[in-house]
Amino acid sequence: MHKPRLQLQASFDIAYLQYLDKQGRETQPLPEFATPDWLTLCHRQMQLARQVDDRAVKLQRTGRLGTYPSTLGQEAIGIATGNALAADDVYCPYYRETGALLERGVTIEEILAIWGGDERGQNFQHAPNDLPICIPIATQMLHAVGVAFALKQRHKQEGAPLQAAVASSGEGATSKGDFYEAMNLAGVWKLPVVFVVNNNQWAISVPRHGQTATQTIAQKAVAAGIPALQVDGNDVVAVAWAVQDALQRARNGEGPALIEAISYRLCDHTTADDASRYRSAEALEQAWQWEPIKRLDHYLREQGLWSDAKQQDLDRELAATMEAALGNWQARTPEPVTAMFDHLYAQLPEGLYEQYDQLRDEQQQGAGA
Amino acid sequence: MGEQENPITLVEAVTQALAFELNNNSEVVVFGQDIGANGGVFRATEGLQERFGAARVLDTPLAETMIAGIAVGMATQGLRPVAEFQFMGFIYPGLDHILSHAARMRNRTRGRLSCPIVYRAPYGGGIHAPEHHSESTEAIFAHIPGLRVVVPSSPARAYGLLLAAIRDPDPVLFLEPKRIYRAAKQPVPDDGAALPLDRAFVLREGSDLTLVAWGASIKETLAAAEQLSADGIEAEVIDPATLKPLDIHTIIDSLEKTRRCVVVHEAARFAGLGAEIATQIQEYAFDLLDAPVQRVTGYDTVMPYYQLEAAYMPGVARILAGARAALSYSRSPPRPTNSANVVRNGEAQP
Repeated sequence: MHKPRLQLQASFDIAYLQYLDKQGRETQPLPEFATPDWLTLCHRQMQLARQVDDRAVKLQRTGRLGTYPSTLGQEAIGIATGNALAADDVYCPYYRETGALLERGVTIEEILAIWGGDERGQNFQHAPNDLPICIPIATQMLHAVGVAFALKQRHKQEGAPLQAAVASSGEGATSKGDFYEAMNLAGVWKLPVVFVVNNNQWAISVPRHGQTATQTIAQKAVAAGIPALQVDGNDVVAVAWAVQDALQRARNGEGPALIEAISYRLCDHTTADDASRYRSAEALEQAWQWEPIKRLDHYLREQGLWSDAKQQDLDRELAATMEAALGNWQARTPEPVTAMFDHLYAQLPEGLYEQYDQLRDEQQQGAGA
Repeated sequence: MGEQENPITLVEAVTQALAFELNNNSEVVVFGQDIGANGGVFRATEGLQERFGAARVLDTPLAETMIAGIAVGMATQGLRPVAEFQFMGFIYPGLDHILSHAARMRNRTRGRLSCPIVYRAPYGGGIHAPEHHSESTEAIFAHIPGLRVVVPSSPARAYGLLLAAIRDPDPVLFLEPKRIYRAAKQPVPDDGAALPLDRAFVLREGSDLTLVAWGASIKETLAAAEQLSADGIEAEVIDPATLKPLDIHTIIDSLEKTRRCVVVHEAARFAGLGAEIATQIQEYAFDLLDAPVQRVTGYDTVMPYYQLEAAYMPGVARILAGARAALSYSRSPPRPTNSANVVRNGEAQP
């Protein structure tokens, strides 16, 4: 009699989506939303994100900003995801999210405030329901599931149109229990939530193959009964299509989805990291060949939609935008030190009055000395 | 409303409070493991799913990190989640979300988002449960800025404090002393009246000694107070109820009368709440004290399996011993430290 043996025979049929190849050539006709205006807007926004990252890293290097995580080389994921979200959707970002935050209306000043050690940066003035950027790995995925539950509840109780939540993460986050627990519940409760995983190949120093024995990140969703798609994460059209499609499904009540966007972290993990300790120069140089902005730039120029003159105008405009934001950020009035108590609870408990007074007095004495 | 007259247990008071708030606030959702059709392993949610529907009273998959984490997301969007951990011993996978997110969401967004969450968990020993079902680790949570830690000790306080916790705009860890879930009944009118958070309750008045205790230990503490009374010693019994933030003023006010204090808790002694209370007493009222503050606590051991459980728990005898130590303490008469004192104090020395 044949005895069943342990075996790994599962195979996963994970689709892979790409519209623009590494050289910026169409691999298939672009979707309708990818109009010349939309494409040039993405081109602009990706460059703005790169500009913000570049300046933030320089500010850190010159001691004017704290640790900063750049999105260099991964701009297509953030811009496409942020662009696909509707105003009433709720975004639950991880920390490497310059582009998506800009798309959500978070200001450059707010981004600089966060990494400049000022909590007011998380008080997004133009994205009031979005969660703050999340630093503990993968926890935001569970928050997004809770958000999606709330959105579904509001839809059922008040008849409001169903909105969706999106959580972003890196591929390292998919090693955590939070990720599995989030997908599991999202599947069971069929919640309107989309997980966008930026597979940039590195979780600080540990490469993709050191995180998981699975062939893809996307297939992890299969075990939770959630549909998944791999996309070329450096192809802004492919990411946008995938996120829009997943969001539409979610808003139609068809439940969650996971998108694995394959990219490459061209920067260090953060300004506190030195990737040359663990990553070869050759691998980095190779990855630069398929970065997202150059690719779209090639395409736009082929289509006659972009030129050196337009680029020069854009460079000037982005530089001016950045300078204005820097000026505003530097001109911010510092928070009073007692701000650390002001939002601890809705109302400061009496037991903390003494500490509050002590801090205020210390500050006043310090100011007078 | 005729039901008002029926005395109910502490666990029934929890159910009554949940039902009241589910009925009166459509933003309230209750979820956890086995809390739906099963009504919770202690029956704290008995009948709620039937009454309010499976969209608002939900069984979750078996994953505590998830239970803690989704509450954060729900609360940021205006819901009032009440999440049940089946036992406090299983809350720790959720600690990251309680500590890193729920307790600081308001602060880190400068008031833009908040987490009005109630995390409920049965806690404490004395019910002959398996390993990990009997610990009292409230001090871990009381250490977390931005969180409230509330422990009821009677059906009426369970009802009033749970209502207050659900209505509070900030996260509350609501620890239910399961040993006294069904220990006593009292009439608890279902009138929706909350009791104040951050306020201690004086459960028994007395002028000779202050006993501070909470949760299930209130039972033994009150029993010890009765025995002391038989000996002519009147103990004041104070239940802080909200352990964080702590209402030290009520305790200090009591010490104005009694000048002696014993803190009782089931949790381990080292860095327990007794240490915090004793420290605050000496900071604010050192001169009031006629004796060092005594701590009557569980031992600094791993909570034993149930064969040795009773020996671990601070019972009436241990509380009485602590009380007697506080009562019998007297300072040695002040020793003259120099001749000036001696002269100032009166008679010339031989």
